[in-house]
Amino acid sequence: MATAQRLVPTPPFDSEEEDVHEGGRASACPACAVAPSAERLAELSRPHHARLMLSLPTAHCAACMSTVEGGLEKLPGVISARVNLTLRRVSVEAAPEITADTLIAALDRLGYEAHELDAGLLSATETDRQGRELLMRLGVAGFSMMNVMLLSVAVWSGAEDATRDLFHWISAAIALPTVAFCGQPFFRNAWAVLRVGRLGMDVPISLAIILASAISLFETFQSGHHAYFDAAVMLTFFLLAGRYLDHRTRAVARSAAEELAALEVPRAFALRDGAEVAVAISDLRVGEWVRVRPGGRMPVDGVVVEGTSEIDRALLTGESLPVFAGPETVVSAGEVNLTGPLTVRVTAAGKDSSLHRMADLVAIAESAKTRYTSLAERASRLYSPLVHILSFGAFGVWMWITGGDVRFAVNISAAVLIITCPCALGLAVPAVVTAASGKLFRKGLLIKHGTALERLAEVDCVVFDKTGTLTLGVPEPTNLGSQPRVEIEVAAALAGASSHPLAVALAQAARAAGIRTAIVTDLREVPGYGVEGQWRGQTVRLGRASWCDADPLPVTATYLCLGDGAPRPFTFADRLRPGAETAIAALAAQKLRILLISGDAEGAVAELAGRLGIAEWTSGALPAEKSARVATLTAEGRRVLMVGDGLNDTAALAAAHVSISPASALDAARVASDIVLLGQDMAPIADALRIARQSTRRIKENFAISAIYNVVAVPLALVGLATPLAAALAMSLSSITVSLNALRLR
Amino acid sequence: MDILAYLIPVSLFLGGIGLAAFFWALKSRQFEDPQGDANRILKTDWDDRPKP
Repeated sequence: MATAQRLVPTPPFDSEEEDVHEGGRASACPACAVAPSAERLAELSRPHHARLMLSLPTAHCAACMSTVEGGLEKLPGVISARVNLTLRRVSVEAAPEITADTLIAALDRLGYEAHELDAGLLSATETDRQGRELLMRLGVAGFSMMNVMLLSVAVWSGAEDATRDLFHWISAAIALPTVAFCGQPFFRNAWAVLRVGRLGMDVPISLAIILASAISLFETFQSGHHAYFDAAVMLTFFLLAGRYLDHRTRAVARSAAEELAALEVPRAFALRDGAEVAVAISDLRVGEWVRVRPGGRMPVDGVVVEGTSEIDRALLTGESLPVFAGPETVVSAGEVNLTGPLTVRVTAAGKDSSLHRMADLVAIAESAKTRYTSLAERASRLYSPLVHILSFGAFGVWMWITGGDVRFAVNISAAVLIITCPCALGLAVPAVVTAASGKLFRKGLLIKHGTALERLAEVDCVVFDKTGTLTLGVPEPTNLGSQPRVEIEVAAALAGASSHPLAVALAQAARAAGIRTAIVTDLREVPGYGVEGQWRGQTVRLGRASWCDADPLPVTATYLCLGDGAPRPFTFADRLRPGAETAIAALAAQKLRILLISGDAEGAVAELAGRLGIAEWTSGALPAEKSARVATLTAEGRRVLMVGDGLNDTAALAAAHVSISPASALDAARVASDIVLLGQDMAPIADALRIARQSTRRIKENFAISAIYNVVAVPLALVGLATPLAAALAMSLSSITVSLNALRLR
Repeated sequence: MDILAYLIPVSLFLGGIGLAAFFWALKSRQFEDPQGDANRILKTDWDDRPKP
């Protein structure tokens, strides 16, 4: 169910909601507020502007807001920019010709990392109607709680006879509409649960609220001494507060999931009648020819018919070395074509492609995961029947003792329900989860799944992927210093003519070292092989080992051939993700078992494992092997945290007890994982584990606190000593203690 | 005790004003970005001259 919720975007809200949207403009003057139609007309007649949405994971303060808003508004074509610091987003209104890439480049110059978001998908969370509705009910409940309490205090402090009755009547006039309006979320849920014949937390809640109001009304008619109007309203207020907190965390998680819903190559270029036609991937047939441009992702599984290139399989296999692709090479969906255009004959499209087989693996593993019951569920499963039994028991016993005094017995059983009513229990989990996920969000971690924190707290084993996770997947030259200057100059000149990742890295490093490029003429890129040129009358080449007559080294390297003698290898290493060392060290200090499972070659994996001090590592692991390994660890009784980014990790991510993936990961991986790392830095992972453990402890403490209150208050209620004052005290004290305890989280 | 006839309506009225203010704030989306708004008042961009 959780998966479905994440994948299906809610339809955007109606136009009235949209109207109010642009930052308080609608209600700025009262005249506008009463004449919304005029404004809508004006809106329609205005030229249509594009609204772009970008996520800004690194924005955090007033200065950031000024810089980003000011910087963007200076760009020609941009009409307005507004940063939302809570969601770390900027929404930009701009002329239609402005694209997200322009804005991202501008933000990059300002020093902010930005990612484009699909504004259409996000509109649902932008206008959070359910949240506003809850907040409105919360406000109403708060208002009437204060007023009813004022009257109740007067009654408690000794108002008598007519005055007391008057106060009770006024309380009823305030409380009954409030309960009818504010209690709806609980009544609806309780009714839905009862209809399928189960007992949830909402049943005792609704019963208590309704019973309390009904009995109070009855007592008021009879001019009785006690009325529980204040308790009924207070219950509603505290429970709504819990519900709202819960909704907030869920809304943030849902918006995160939507934010991350990127594109999985929905279109491909098919060759039909000699022309390239853009078609949806689902329309591709086996046997058709597809053109894949350099930099593009393979839309299907297939065989190369024409063209040579190099392909990057890192996301699929974890292999960091690009692989040569020529005619007859088998390619799979998800791989990236690097240097030359390729024509591919489709062997499997859509549902049969390896990409979708991976998705099936994920679905299977996910369904296993939903079986996890959260602490709150376990508590309510225990609690709900207990409360009802206790209340009915009290009713029966007092009926027997008093010899059939229904009014008295109902009063007692209602008091039991009110006092035991899970105010504190309703706040126990949401308060802590909100505090914890807020804390983690500020550190750059997004909790996507409701029970992810609880599961994270149980972790005792961490499995890392290498390429793209511990490393950035960006190569860095390692032996530049040991090469003669002339050769670097030639290599840099050749590298500058290619957009191959290794060449780009080499050219960049040379530029950073202040090395001028040699004068190489007739530069020509040979797709799949490398770059060739003329230098001092000789043909020089930079590229694959076989092309330069070199013996390939076990590490990532490109080879320079000056036309004389031995080729010179330029070796590369993957750049370590910032914070990776800190994170591993912190995890090791927490006495967790750490494993590195990568699809990359042995040399690269061993080198990285040594550098980070990871004792257990596996190289050349296939996707199925990864998830099987995680499954084995789980079978051994380990609770596995999987950290990975590639398609080859998705199954393992889904199979693990809990999973984390970086925001740069492939869509499928992010969907499969419970927590997303927003920034580049990896260090927050260790903090996340600590905070998760702390928050589980707080949740348990909160359950204990509410249990202790019940242990004290329930006997009082059972023997008939629970006055409305006692109920009010027990309720507010327990709720406040629980909330304060949640704030202790550090 | 006649004073109650005034005080209770007055207290309800004042509370009602508060509630109305809350509704207004909610409708004009002031709870959308609490963190941003907290920071926005610290900006000095338009302190010296009015916003164009």
